[in-house]
This record gives sequence, C-alpha cells and structure tokens, in this order.
Amino acid sequence: MNIQIKSGALQQVLALASLVVLIVFFTISSSNFFQFSNIVGILLSTAVIGVLALGSTFVIITGGIDLSVGTVMTLSGVMTGVCITFWGLPVPVGILGGILMGALCGLLSGTAVAKMKIPPFIATLAMMMIAKGLALIISGAKPVYFNDAESFAEVSQGSVLGWLIPGLDIPNAVVIFFVAAIVGYLILSKTIIGRYNFALGSNEEATRLSGVNVGFWKIVIYTLTGAFTGLAGVMMASRLNSANPALGAGYELEAIAAVVIGGTSLSGGKGTIIGTVIGALIMSVLTNGLRILSVPQEWQTVVVGFVIILAVYADILRRRKA
Amino acid sequence: MSEVLLQMEGITKEFPGVLALNNCQFELRRGEVHALMGENGAGKSTMMKILTGVYQKDEGTVTYQGKPVELTNPKAAQDAGISMIHQELNLAPDLTVAQNIFIGREPRRRLRLFLDDQALHRQVKALFQRMGLDMDPAIQVSELTVAKQQMVEIAKALSYNADVLVMDEPTAALSETEIEDLFRIIRQLRADGVGIVYISHRMDEIKRITDRITVMRDGQYIDTVLTAEVTTQDIISKMVGRQIYETSKPEAAAGERETVLEVKGLNQGRALRDISFTLRKGEILGIAGLVGAGRTELARAIFGADRIQSGEIYIHGSRVKMRGPHDAVRLGIGYLSEDRKRYGCVVDLDVKSNVVIASYPGFLRPGGWVNTVKIRKQAEDMVERLKVKTPHVDQEVKFLSGGNQQKVVIGKWLTRDCDILIFDEPTRGIDVGAKSEIYRLLNELAAQGKSIIMISSELPEILRMSHRILVMCEGRITGELDHEEATQETIMHLATARM
Ligand SMILES: Nc1ncnc2c1ncn2[C@@H]1O[C@H](COP(=O)(O)OP(=O)(O)OP(=O)(O)O)[C@@H](O)[C@H]1O
Ligand SMILES: [Mg+2]
Repeated sequence: MNIQIKSGALQQVLALASLVVLIVFFTISSSNFFQFSNIVGILLSTAVIGVLALGSTFVIITGGIDLSVGTVMTLSGVMTGVCITFWGLPVPVGILGGILMGALCGLLSGTAVAKMKIPPFIATLAMMMIAKGLALIISGAKPVYFNDAESFAEVSQGSVLGWLIPGLDIPNAVVIFFVAAIVGYLILSKTIIGRYNFALGSNEEATRLSGVNVGFWKIVIYTLTGAFTGLAGVMMASRLNSANPALGAGYELEAIAAVVIGGTSLSGGKGTIIGTVIGALIMSVLTNGLRILSVPQEWQTVVVGFVIILAVYADILRRRKA
Repeated sequence: MSEVLLQMEGITKEFPGVLALNNCQFELRRGEVHALMGENGAGKSTMMKILTGVYQKDEGTVTYQGKPVELTNPKAAQDAGISMIHQELNLAPDLTVAQNIFIGREPRRRLRLFLDDQALHRQVKALFQRMGLDMDPAIQVSELTVAKQQMVEIAKALSYNADVLVMDEPTAALSETEIEDLFRIIRQLRADGVGIVYISHRMDEIKRITDRITVMRDGQYIDTVLTAEVTTQDIISKMVGRQIYETSKPEAAAGERETVLEVKGLNQGRALRDISFTLRKGEILGIAGLVGAGRTELARAIFGADRIQSGEIYIHGSRVKMRGPHDAVRLGIGYLSEDRKRYGCVVDLDVKSNVVIASYPGFLRPGGWVNTVKIRKQAEDMVERLKVKTPHVDQEVKFLSGGNQQKVVIGKWLTRDCDILIFDEPTRGIDVGAKSEIYRLLNELAAQGKSIIMISSELPEILRMSHRILVMCEGRITGELDHEEATQETIMHLATARM
C-alpha cells in the first residue's frame, strides 16, 4: 500500500542481494573467505570508511557534496593526538576534541555553502586543502603517537563485546560503526533534521518558501557530516595508535562511492542510511575477496570502479521502470 | 462533419492504487477544437499522455488516420504528428528560447558537425512570425516569466508541424492579451486542418474556442456534446454530478477594522515602485493587474523571498525586517506561489510531508523527534477537508493531478494557521467544483479574522471575492477600488493606466 516505502525497500533489497551474492561467490571461490577472523577483518576495514560514508550521506542528500571528509578526518585524528599527547589531556577529552574539530570544519564548509553561496564542490575542495594544511601545522608535519595513553588504542582495537560475551572478539571500531549507523538512521528518518534534509535536497526553493530557514539547516547538516568525520578520524587514529597528518586524502572518494553504491542520489533528495551501510560493506567485501583470490591491488581498484558504474546503472534502470 | 483523425476506445490505465482511466473514449476530427473537461484528477492529462506516448495504456485501442497505432514514446508520437503542450512546463532553463524549441533537432552544417545558429534563429523567427509573437530567440528561458515560457512551449509544439496538438491547460498562466494571441493561433491551425485537444477549467474559454466537448468524471467517459448546443450549467453538472457552492458578493468589511499589515513606500528596482497599502483584519484584498504588473514580486517582497531596496513593512503596528521567508512565516504570513511545481510543493516528497513542511516545529516530540502519528492525522484531515484526490497520504505529490497538487499547497498553509495569507493565483488549474470550495474556504478564513491578499488574473474571481481591490500596472499601484465601485471596466482601465 505504501508506495514510497515499497520502492525504497526494493532499492535496499537489491543492494543487499548484491552483497549476499558477492559473499556467496567468494565463499565458494575460497575457503579462506567465510572465516570468523576474515569476516571480522572485513568489518574492521569497513568501520572507518563506513562512518565517513554515513556522514557524507547527509550532505549528499541535500544535493551537495563534501570533498573535505578525507583530510578533515586526518585533521581530527591529529587534533586528538595533540590533545592527548602534546597537551596531556585525558583520553575522553581528546576524543571529544577530535569530533569537535570535525564538526567545526563542517560548520565552516556549511557556512561557506549556505551563507556565502559558494558551490559545495568548491567550498569543500577549499576545506580539503585547509584541513590538510592545518593537520601538518598542528602536528609539526610528523605523525603523533599515543604511546603515553595506552587506553586510547582500546577505542578501536579493544573489544567490549568480547569482554561481555567471551569469544565474541569483535573490535570496538565495528561496534562504533553500527552504533553510528543507528544514530544516523534515527537522525535521518525520525528527526526534523532528516525531514528538512530531504525537503531541501528535493526542492530547495519550495522548502525556503515554506518558511524553512534553509541556510541554517544546511549548516546544521554540514556540521553533522563534520562530526561523523571527526569520529572517523578518532577511530582511525586509535586503530593505528598514531595520527599521521599525511594520510587521509582519497578517503572522501571512497566514502562517496559507498554512498552512491548504496543508492543515494548525487542530485539530492533521495537516500538511506541502510543503503550506505550496505554500500560500504560491498566495497570492503569486494576488496577483501579479490585479495583472497590473489587479484593484484591494481586490478582490485579497476573492479571497484566498474562496480560503481554497475550499481548506479542498476539504480537508474530501477527508477526508470518505477 | 470532417473526417475522423483520431479515435481512442476502451482506454484503461491503472497506477498503483489508482484506477486513473476506466474504459474511456475520445474522438478527434480534422480541423476541430475539442475540449476535454472534468474535475481535478478526472484523468484528462493521463488520457492525453497515453495518446502522446508518455504513459502506456493497460487496455484499449488508438486509431490514428484510419490505422491502429501503438505510440510507445513521445518521440514516436511526435514523428507521427501528435504533439502535446504539457500542464507542467518542460523547458531547459539554461538554454535559449531557440535552443529549447529545436532541442534534439538543431540545424547543422559542415558534415553535420557544427551547429548552424543562423539557420536556427531564422527558423525560430519564422515560427514566431506565424504565431505573431514578439520575442528574442536568443534570450535564456530562465529569464522569462511563466507566461512567456508557456508561449515557448506552444512554439515548440507547433514547430513539429503537428496534425494533432494537445494543449493541457495552456492559458493557466496567460494574461488576457496573451490568451487572445493563443486563440488567434488556434483558429489559424484549425483552418489548416489540425485537430486540437484543449484541456481547460475555464468555461468562458471553452465556450469561445471549442467545437465539441468531451466530459470525463473519475476516470470515466461521460459524454461528448457540441459546444454550441450546451449551457455552462449542463457541462458543470455533467462534470461534478452534484451541486456546487455559489459565492455571493462579500459583505462590506465591517467598519474600520484594525490594520494587520501596512506597507509603506516599497521599492524594488523596476519591478516595484513606491508601493503603499494596508490590509485589515478579516479582509480579502484583491490585487488585479496584467501579467508582469509586479503582483507576484510584491507578494514575494512582503514574504521576504526577495530583498527589497527600500520601504517599510509593519505587522500589527510594529516595524519588521525580514531576512527571509522563515521570518515571514514566524510572523504569521503564508504565501501560496503561482508556480506550484517550482515553488509551491516539493513534488518528490509525499503528501503528508508537504502538508506539514511549513509547520514542523508544531509536529515535534521533545528533542526534535518528528511526531509521525500527529503528522499523518493532520495530513489526513487536510486531504479530507480539501477533498484532495489521492489514494493515501504517503503518495508522492508528483503523482497527483495538477489541481490536487494545488490543494496540497493550500493545505500546507492551513496547517500553519497563518494570520496573513497571500494567495497568488489560488485557483489556477483548479476545476469548477474545487474552485468554489476554495472560495468558500477564503470566505471562511476571512470570517475567522484572517487577512487575505488574493492575486488573480481572473477578473470575475477578483470581483466576486474581494472586499477591496488594488490594481497594479508596471510596478505601481494605480488604483484602489471598493468592492461596490469595482467593475471589469474600471479595473481594466487602471490596469492599463500607464500603457
Ligand atoms: N504517474 C502516476 N502515478 C500514480 N497516479 C497517477 C499518476 N499520474 C496520474 N495519477 C492519478 O491519476 C488520476 C488522474 O490524473 P490526471 O493527471 O489525468 O488528472 P487531470 O484530469 O488531468 O486533473 P487536473 O485537472 O487536476 O490536471 C489522479 O487521481 C492522479 O492522482
Ligand atoms: Mg491535468
């Protein structure tokens, strides 16, 4: 009866089906694939990109794009390092510092887009450079290590689940990813931010003429994306036990790819969090599986490129039929 | 009578949850103008979209020039000589007028690699000449008013040398003079043997320009009659199958009511010049004028949608400055745009989201969570109250018929419960039955003490509804009339005062 939910659900079913097909294919092709440790490895490698992609979903639904998430993630990780290692602040404060840094970058991008009317592509391209430079500046152009705060590594690498249920040694990063996905889902589908996000992504002018302060809400949305990016930065730093200011560029494109594979439209107004989670999983299952099948790194990248085209094309075909 | 050009029989079309057409028929002869009438959502546009290959029929046959045809896409229909001017404009805003008209068929030269702009402009000029249209083919479509864009659509359809031309509410955005131009073109095409399908809700136009009328109701064929042989009342009763609300002239606004809105010395470039007026509580203030007189600009300026250069706006006696529509809405102003597809509703969202989009703060649980139960209830109430034809409130607005989309936008502002409502062409594309519902609604709102500004190009509507009438011409207010002294003549006189 419910047309909209029906077509949205179909889209997720399709993405999910492709994920299952991939998993079945790799399981048949190699006995090493469907092992607990490998699955955990896949999830772990999804976590950081996944959180980035979750954040990017919001901005992309507005019809915008955030090219800065890669380097902002780095800057956030470095910020956490500066707080904990340089300033000797407690770990939770450092984590908060990283997330706030991400949010601040989002706030700036959002202000440039919403108030100064700079196209999102340009505004976030500029933010990408600003964040890259700042990361180098505040770190002194060297990786920041967390040797003095051992508990920081636990943020990503520890396993609260394993501690609660012995044997279930799933790293915290994975848990954080799924919790972030649930939070993202709630924001997008149950709160006013989500409602305005879809409305202004579909028809910004009509939304503005309905009395919605679209400038303000756009800033909110970019800031939200920034906060997710900051979280990804903290997770990344914790996983590597260091914050490397030279890492991070290029992650934004992988995040965007995951969002797009998940069925979110780059022209705005359409998208789901579940789709993005599946999109991110498809990407890492693919790379992991291909690696297990000993496909060289270069070819893995080529395959991922084709998968993006296929996924988006399937979505377009589906839309045309509907 | 002349030869039958087109015959549609037993046409059935179902959309998910909606039986849009049920065993419908339609016949068109060479050299006739054939009106298709019916309430909003009766299936007129759908019928014609099936003819022109936009939608595929589930059942039925189409016979064209004596042969059964299957037109599976708009291109096939166009090649066969069937063109349609859609209810919604379909132009590429960033291209020029000429580029839009010949899109996909641009004249080319030198191995067909290079565009031949000269030939393009020559052809477009010839076309405009035939239409008696004075427009620069090199101007960007986004620069044009809705009315002018409509003329471009017509030119585009004509450029295919069509045998069958379908016009879906072509005059909805046109001014009196432009309608005259259109009718001249239609008469000429009729003389050339073109068959024209004319969809409109305006009875006077139908009476003037059409030869036959086919009436549809709820997706069903009702009757086909000769225009000369029926009265307006006959048609209306065939269309609605029930009695409709008749408005009486409004009572004089009771004495000197308090002023809710005052505008002083408003200026905005060439569009608005030295505009001053007041709006009182419980009043319907009509704004008349020709298309381009600045009425929409005035509405947008009051609503904070466009910046004003100078001037003051007072609400309930205190001066306000608006940074944008969100301030206006907060101050209790609502604005229903004349261009519903672009500015009125978010067509990709469902009915319920559109109904509450201006009022989300009132539909929240603590913490910013949306109250979906309350939203659904509100949307269902509005659908019921405004008789919106939709299978359910989860339907995306783009699947509603034009008139029903308009009702959704009205529902949005009723939901917000504004004190001051600016309605810009509120009955555009709305059928007679629904129109009278809207009139009743406006009267009701005014009686409740809401103040209404109604912009309309339909003089009878302005005369019937308004307590007071402002007439605009070229960005200025050229006169203010009390409802007792206002007549079509006095208004037209003021509306052309400066020309
Ligand atoms: N693509 C679609 N999907 C679902 N329902 C549709 C679609 N197109 C039209 N409908 C439904 O079919 C019915 C007929 O619509 P149609 O647009 O033909 O009406 P109309 O007679 O042109 O009305 P109006 O005078 O308001 O333009 C309506 O109930 C409408 O909601
Ligand atoms: Mg229609």
